[in-house]
Amino acid sequence: MQCEICQSREATIHLTEISDGVRTETHLCEQCAQEQGVGVKSYIPLNDLLSNLLSVGPKDEPAGSDDGGLVCPHCGWTLEKFREKAVLGCPYDYEVFEKALMPLIKKAHDGAASHCGKIPAKMPKDSKEQIEIARLRRQLDDAVRNEDYETAAKLRDKLAGHK
Amino acid sequence: MKLNEISGNINEWFSGNGPLADVVISSRVRLARNLAGHKFLAACTVGEKAEILKKLKDVLMGLQLGDEVFYIGVDKAPALERRFLVERHLISQHHAFGKGPRGAVIARREFFTAMINEEDHLRLQVLKAGCQLSACIEQINRIDDMIEQKIEYAFNPRYGYLTACPTNLGTGIRVSVMLHLPALKITGQIEKFLNAAKALGLAVRGLFGEGTEAAGDFYQLSNQIALGVSEKDIANRFEKTIIPEIVEYEHAARSHLLTHDAGLLDDKISRALALLKNAHLISSQEALFLLSHIRLGLNMHEHQGASTPAIERLCSLGSDGGSAAAPQRLSIATVNRLFMLTLPAHLQLNYGKELDSTHRDALRARIIRSALNG
Repeated sequence: MQCEICQSREATIHLTEISDGVRTETHLCEQCAQEQGVGVKSYIPLNDLLSNLLSVGPKDEPAGSDDGGLVCPHCGWTLEKFREKAVLGCPYDYEVFEKALMPLIKKAHDGAASHCGKIPAKMPKDSKEQIEIARLRRQLDDAVRNEDYETAAKLRDKLAGHK
Repeated sequence: MKLNEISGNINEWFSGNGPLADVVISSRVRLARNLAGHKFLAACTVGEKAEILKKLKDVLMGLQLGDEVFYIGVDKAPALERRFLVERHLISQHHAFGKGPRGAVIARREFFTAMINEEDHLRLQVLKAGCQLSACIEQINRIDDMIEQKIEYAFNPRYGYLTACPTNLGTGIRVSVMLHLPALKITGQIEKFLNAAKALGLAVRGLFGEGTEAAGDFYQLSNQIALGVSEKDIANRFEKTIIPEIVEYEHAARSHLLTHDAGLLDDKISRALALLKNAHLISSQEALFLLSHIRLGLNMHEHQGASTPAIERLCSLGSDGGSAAAPQRLSIATVNRLFMLTLPAHLQLNYGKELDSTHRDALRARIIRSALNG
């Protein structure tokens, strides 16, 4: 369906207005809709979100402020490039830019900064242990937050067994 | 395999079966994975991307999934076929219209897809009808384990599975359900649902995922947090808390319509039926909108025993496929079939050539008229 205003682009915004019982439909492309003042930005683009998170970090963790000029030796990626493309260049970037990425990771994952899920079968036993401890700690935090002290006590004992 | 071998039928996840299927159309689980020892795609050259594609394609085509698998070179496929794969939820919009060497390995029964070189090297997907997230997780884990025996994933004990975008870091999981919420929409409560989902940290998208508007009262609800929680905990939260609550709200809205606003309900169903049975031009958006009300009426009859004049008319309606002696009654399966087969790329692929929007609208109206007029 073509846009009713420019008659050239595909209409992707479909407005239905009911006034005095009369229903009218308008079909517009995104550009003409914006020109008509119709708000179509229903979500924040990921690039904007990442840029905001990287430029406005918590005061005690100045996101990216002292990592200027840092370049990943494995892929040549920089924080500037990450801001621009919203993706990283290689797995090592998580270590190279760790300080700058940490506030973003925590914000995106509800404060979490460690993995509690699936572990590859080939992983060494030590790594599996480390992940299991992180998972128990997270569960303990949740139990304390929910004032479920019985579960918290059990989790504390389990954690003690891992140390 | 040619895509027109599947384009004339609806797939299993849209069959209308499965737990809570009157509200939950389908469940989907996706895992994001990357190969160890390789750069992420944004930093790869075309040659490096081609190397990753070949490596993963060889592994995936050798998997024993209990179903035939076929490969589609997405970068080389015609635009119409790519749009068709998006309509069937077999690949994402990002994958269909991205750049560089990329492909998809698809199980013929369409419960499984592996997108190679999407945003990450590998995006695995399992889809099932109704509310079946735990079963999806079980199946995708088994497939993931099989792949892991042949290759090494980028993984870090602290951060988990390493992904190109930190928002997918950890489990790399995206759990989502496709919901049909027409009564919440009609009763003016859909904003409440959208706000509640936002407050719970969930993303709500339209019928075809990221960047698409809700059409035909279909909403895709998915998790946004992938780190610090296990795959099982994410699925449990959806299956035991979030979904039952939304289903209850939708059912309550349907009951409210029946007991307090049957006139409005009948008006929606009757108008939808009249237009669908008589229109000669119908856009894709309009068809989704009207079929949604037909689906609501049929589901309310089947699941809540609703019996209003418009619902009775709907249920006594014959549909194509029956005979004069034994007419086939209009069913959810027929309505689901119309939803899918009248989508733009489905229409054109089944017609055998590309059509402009007027011809598509005419063909769509003809297919719907023929199905509803018996």
